[in-house]
This record gives sequence, C-alpha cells and structure tokens, in this order.
Amino acid sequence: MPDVITSDGSIRPDDWVVVPRPADGESLDIPEQPALIPADLWLAGKEHFEDRDDIGVWLDSHEEPEILAGVVNELPVIAVNFPKFSDGRGYSIARLLRERLSYRNELRAVGDVLLDQLQFMKRCGFDTYVLRADKDINKAARCLNFFTQGYQAATDTDEPLFRRRAS
Amino acid sequence: MYVYDEHDRQMAAERVAQFRDQTERALAGELSEDEFLPLRLQNGLYVQRLAPMLRIAVPYGMLRSAQLRRLARITRDYDKGYAHFTTRQNVQLNWPEIEDVPDILAELAEVEMHANQTSGNCIRNTTTDQFSGVQADEITDPRPYCEIIRQWSTFHPEFAFLPRKFKVAVNASEQSDRAAIQVHDIGLQMLRNDQGELGFRVHVGGGLGRTPMVGPVIRDFLPELDLLTYLEAVLRVYNRYGRRDNKFKARIKILVKALTPEGFAAKVEEEWSHIKDSPTRLTREAIDQFKGYFTEPDYQQVPDVKDVLATQRFENREFDQWIGHNVDTHKNPGYAIVTLTMKKTGTPPGDVSDRQLEQIADLADQYSFGEVRVTHQQNVVLADVRKDQLFELWQAITPMDFATANLNTLTDVICCPGGDYCALANAKSIPVAESIQRQFDDMDYLYDIGNIDLNISGCMNACGHHHVGNIGVLGVDKKGQEFYQISLGGSSHHDAAIGKILGPSFAREDMPEVMQKIINVYVDNRTEEEPFLDTYRRIGIEPFKERVYA
Repeated sequence: MPDVITSDGSIRPDDWVVVPRPADGESLDIPEQPALIPADLWLAGKEHFEDRDDIGVWLDSHEEPEILAGVVNELPVIAVNFPKFSDGRGYSIARLLRERLSYRNELRAVGDVLLDQLQFMKRCGFDTYVLRADKDINKAARCLNFFTQGYQAATDTDEPLFRRRAS
Repeated sequence: MYVYDEHDRQMAAERVAQFRDQTERALAGELSEDEFLPLRLQNGLYVQRLAPMLRIAVPYGMLRSAQLRRLARITRDYDKGYAHFTTRQNVQLNWPEIEDVPDILAELAEVEMHANQTSGNCIRNTTTDQFSGVQADEITDPRPYCEIIRQWSTFHPEFAFLPRKFKVAVNASEQSDRAAIQVHDIGLQMLRNDQGELGFRVHVGGGLGRTPMVGPVIRDFLPELDLLTYLEAVLRVYNRYGRRDNKFKARIKILVKALTPEGFAAKVEEEWSHIKDSPTRLTREAIDQFKGYFTEPDYQQVPDVKDVLATQRFENREFDQWIGHNVDTHKNPGYAIVTLTMKKTGTPPGDVSDRQLEQIADLADQYSFGEVRVTHQQNVVLADVRKDQLFELWQAITPMDFATANLNTLTDVICCPGGDYCALANAKSIPVAESIQRQFDDMDYLYDIGNIDLNISGCMNACGHHHVGNIGVLGVDKKGQEFYQISLGGSSHHDAAIGKILGPSFAREDMPEVMQKIINVYVDNRTEEEPFLDTYRRIGIEPFKERVYA
C-alpha cells in the first residue's frame, strides 16, 4: 500500500484502495479492505454498503460534486482524481465539496499528484495526498509549505489578505 | 503607485525560493520537461528559438525609476544589454540562461518586481489604460482595482491550472478605450449607475488568436464591492466547463459561444449567488486602502506658458509636430502627458537598450515624479510633465530617439518579436514593420494620412494584435515560405471590431507597395477630416481589393 501524506507534511501508512470504474457490463468488485468506489455507483447502491464504515467514493475531474449534495458526511473519505496534474478541475471540486456541500471528513487527492501542486491542493481543502510513486515523498513537507500565507480566502482561511490588513 | 508591505515582500521572497528549488529539481532530472513546463511558464520563462525568454511582469504598466535602473542592470549582467516592451505592458529578456533565472528573480524582488503568471494557463497580468489617473474624462482611477485583481489572482490556489491562459483588462475612460478591453477574456468597463454608484460593465469571451471575437456583455452593472466574488464565479465556471480536449478551443470565448452569452451569464449568476457574500467580497476600507497608493503626486502651481509654448511651436516645426502628436491633455492644466516613442525606423518596435532604460529612469526622475507607464502599443509614457518643461524635455529626448513624432500614426507599429526570436512564429514581423516605416518616412505625408493602427503578428497567436489593427498584418507559412495576409477595418477601441481579410497573402518584398496602394485608396476616397477607419467603414473592402489585386 502506498503511504499518504497529510497536510502537516507527515507520512502515514494507509490501506485505502481506489476501485476503478468497471467496464461496461462488468460489475463492481468490492474488496475486503477499505475502498474508494466511483461516486455515482455508490449513490446508486448506497444501501448495500450500510454495514461497512470503510467505504468511500472518488470523483473524476469531469464529474460534478453536486451529485453528493446532502449525503457527503455519510462518507469517511472522498477522493478527487487528477487524471493529469495540469487538469485543474479538481481544485474547484474540492472547494465545492468543502465550502458548498459542507463536507467535513477526509478529502484525498489521487492520480497524477506531484509535489509542486500540493500547497494549492491544501488551500482548496484537501487533507491527504497520494503522491505519484516516482516522486520523493520526503520533499512533500517542504512543498506543502512554500508559502506562509496567501492573498486570497480559500477553504483554508476566511480571511483574504485585504481583510487581515484592515484589521 | 503601489508599494509592497511586509506581506507582499514575504510572498515575493518565498516565490523566488520556490522557483530556485523547482529549477534545481528540473536541472537534476527530478522534474520531467512536461512537469517543469507549467512551473517555469508561470514564472515567465519560455524556451525559445535561440535561447530562453523571460517575461517580467509590469503590473498594469507602472514602473518606478529604480525598477527601470534595475532592469537595465539585469540586461547587462544576465543578457545582451537590451530588453523588449511587449504588447501587454510587460518586459521581455531574450537571452537569459535558465540557471540564472532564480538570481534574476531575486534581483527583481528587491525592487518589488516579479515574473509571476506572465505565461501559462493561469490568470495573467491585468492591463489598463496608460493614461489612468491623469486624464480628464475618467470615471475614476482604475489602477487600485487592477492592483486588487493582481493580488487576488496571484497564486490563486483554484485557478493555477485553467484550460488556457486568461487575461483581464480594465478601462475607466468614457470616451476612449486604450486597454482594448473587448478583446480580453474579461474586459471591465468602469461606470456609474443611475444612483451614482461605482461599478463595472463586464465583457467576457473576447480575444484574438485563431478565433478572434469581440467580448459580449454578460453583466451591465457590477457594484465595485462585488468585483472579486464575481470574477471568482466567472473563473470557476470556466475552470469547470472550459474545454480541455483541444488547445485551440480551450479559451473562455469558445465556452461563451457554445453556451451563448446569455447561457454563460446565467451559469455565472448561479455560481455567484452562492459566493457573493463570502469573505472574498471587498470592503469599503480595503478599496480605500488600495486607493491610498494611487494618490495624486505633489502637483505644483505651474505658470501659464500658453504664449511661450505658442512661440516655441511657431519657431520650431519639429517641436510643433511633437506637441501635436506625442503630447496629450492632462487633467491638471499646468501639466501634460508625454509619450516617448520606441518606434524609430530600423529598431525593432518596443526594443530598448540598457542605456535607454537608464535614460528613461533619469527622465522620469527629472520630469515626472519618478514614474513611467508602459503602453500596449510598446511605448513609454511620462504622465506628469510640467508644461513649462516641455521644450526642455523635447530637447533632451530628441538625441535619445524617443521624440519620433509618429504616435498613433501608420509608423507607430504594434509588432510582436516574430520569427527573428519567437519559436511559435510562422514568419518574421520586424523586417515588415521596418520596410513599411521606410516607405512612409515623409512626416508630412504621414500626418496627412492621419491616425492609423497598423498591427503586425508573426503568427496566429496574435501577440501583435493584428485582428484589431485598422490595418492588420499576419505572417503565414506556405510550404516553408513566409507570406503576409492583410486585414482591414479592425479596432481595439470602444468601437471594437475584428478586421476583414483582404484576400490572398503577399511576399515580404511586396508589402511596402501593397501598403501604399491601400493608403492611396483611402486618400482618393476620403472626405475631409475622415480617418482611415471611417472611410473603410463607409466604402467597404471592395475598392481596396480592386486596387491591390489589379
């Protein structure tokens, strides 16, 4: 199992697994271990998972987080997939989950997750990160904290710099 | 102008440290070229035809003399002793070494400059009218709002990986639009509503490039306090729904067209309804704080020099022409706005040597409160010159080649670096500009044909804004040969329009003659006092076609 990085830069072992979307006609294969399944499939068969507290979902970058409105906090983990690090839709998805849908549990970045995007992800509400395997996980703490502050309000702060300056 | 506080200084220093770290990892092979690309672009670093190119941000065109001197030193220490003013009010270095870029950024940070987001698929430098704050017909000074947008967009965590680049321009003049706002991704026109409240008319989806478009209005009045929340709503809709499958269809204009302006506006309003009262909403105090950085300089009581000036103009024809073309009316009757033209024939438009940068710095200190503005026409403005010093200033700048009295005429060409420097270009643009400048070197004739925007781009990416030139020239590649396509009737002003293509393209050596024929058609058809664009709009493209392809 890959380790995950948390927002404070520490590394912890982890056994959550991302279950890929099954091909057409195939059924979803749920493993014994903690699993993240495609969000729409979880919604469609949510009652089947009621006896398990280790089932979460993942959203792909083209998917609408709004489909989870009202039920987000039934999930222990939501992951957002970055199919390519340069696809920036995941940042908006994260903020919407946190700020619009009031999601409170773990929000995880998966897929093409590289070092230099970690701080943007953190500011948009992610709190765990599965770094791409070829990247040096020991550099994550530094990359999560290149900047000690930002100009804008985002998920991490309600105080844009213009409000902090005025107070 | 804006001065950094401890927050800005800290973030600027952290940015330099970050880019140093990224560059080291890239050079060590820990970042692939593909992974380093957006990181270096968001620090203004391109890898070009002959060498890397570094684009340095000049927020809304404002520079202090100390910054000009630092730029001069950087061009000497790290480059070949010259820089280039771009068509988006920025500055480019053409020959830096990649390894030196972190040091250059550190030197820039010392004088409160940076290269943040001057390239890449993110929010770029916000541009505005170079006469902001000194013209009489302004709703209000737009620069505090530009600085507010600059800070909001800098390192915005949600919008660093947009489908494509994103450019915002602000205009606050009622009569003119020197910022070309209608050909930007977002164009903001400042205005007052019936209650006298300040706000913006919002255009979205204008742009040049492959699919030139004039941006439609999606909101007639946006109150000033709502500026950032509304921008955030527009950007979020674009970030989520803009196309990412095809680079050439990824600009916001394609999304606006696909959804229709009404459909796009409805999506933005829906998104905005959720965030309009969020902490991102501006406060009166914050706006006032930003306005505090753009107060009037210490204007003096200047004696009335009308008679002296009249005599000087009468006695000196060249001074008279310079006053007539390169000097504009200031809101304070004792002062004038002077444009230093960087368009001497034989020099690439917008290019300045290290020595010239220092000369401009000295002129700013001596004549204009130590500040200048870079224009998107690639000239430099001294915005606050005492009228009783105009003659002395003119005498000083004539030997420096800044007094060519061709502002806004045919030879005040907007021109991209083109195939001489740029890896994207299909054709050279600088030699075309020069050959046309030579063809029209008779100043009396040039004045007689009046104000004409001639814009030249070396490729479709349209850095020379050819679509919105009254006459536009686009370099194209035909089987390895350079040809030039001409369009007529474009405008980047309040009457914004995309030019119409005249017909088949021409070889470079034919361009001066073709240009002459176009001007001849205008001269033969114009009514008294009618500028080129009006004649074109009255008679249409046919008479031009007939003459040029006869």
